[in-house]
Amino acid sequence: MKARVLIRPKEGILDPQGKAVERALPALGFDGVSQVRIGRLVELEADTTDGLDQLCEQLLANPLIEDYEIEWIDDGRATEDGGR
Amino acid sequence: MTFGVLQFPGSCDERDALAACERIGDARLVWHGDDDLGDVDAVVVPGGFSYGDYLRAGAIARFSPAMVAVERFAADGGPVLGICNGFQVLCEAGLLPGALLPNEGLRFVCRQVEVEVTSVDTAFTAACPAGQRLSIPVKHMSGRYFAPGDELDRLEAAGQVAFRYAPGQNPNGSARDIAGVASQGGNVVGLMPHPEHAVDALLGSDDGLRLFESLGVRASLAPAAS
Repeated sequence: MKARVLIRPKEGILDPQGKAVERALPALGFDGVSQVRIGRLVELEADTTDGLDQLCEQLLANPLIEDYEIEWIDDGRATEDGGR
Repeated sequence: MTFGVLQFPGSCDERDALAACERIGDARLVWHGDDDLGDVDAVVVPGGFSYGDYLRAGAIARFSPAMVAVERFAADGGPVLGICNGFQVLCEAGLLPGALLPNEGLRFVCRQVEVEVTSVDTAFTAACPAGQRLSIPVKHMSGRYFAPGDELDRLEAAGQVAFRYAPGQNPNGSARDIAGVASQGGNVVGLMPHPEHAVDALLGSDDGLRLFESLGVRASLAPAAS
């Protein structure tokens, strides 16, 4: 099965990367865009759904500073599962 | 006193760390693939970009065989110093509280800073009077210390904040100007500034030596510490 893990900075944690992008937008003529936050997306294939939460908590995300969501992709049908 | 200095693929400060340790005692490199630290009295996890800093700084290095050995060594009370990337590795490994986030200004900072010793009850600050200012360089991209507010209160109350940037000198937006923290037992210490780059007055400061000298002081104060 394929999965996408979406990892983002926890709410309330300053994301300077998002801020820098946000500040660059008006110069390009994009007005009215705010609250830009930047995370990362990990795509992977796994034999089983077991253990992916642990994998996220121990490696893909640092639960102290990041939230994650796991999206399973099975036969073209996406399902939301777990995550925090 | 024999120091073991870890070396990961992507480490770049291990030679300076080795040279700093050799001013105090013997020192040798420990390759990341070694699961045995050998007969060392203290461990230094040096700066650099372990495993390319992929994913998050320090995230992958913590799973190396050498780090598993370091966790055992620390659990037995062995002194461990994490510098810069080494600090990030120790936080990721859970040996130290908190995390290091990208600098507030998004820039790589490289400058000399004044750092105050805020707890002398650690393996690497015992040679310093409380409040002593050390002139030590920083050079990093992800050095913004973070922990939740209640955790910061707890760390301060427990004397686990080992170093703070002097007023007005916080280079990265670290919470409460924290430059370095210690474990509950005080045997594991991590900081973003680089004491190993400040061990000779010819290069501007030898204040960094105080950290390495502290090991001998603490050993004589508390010989049974373990």
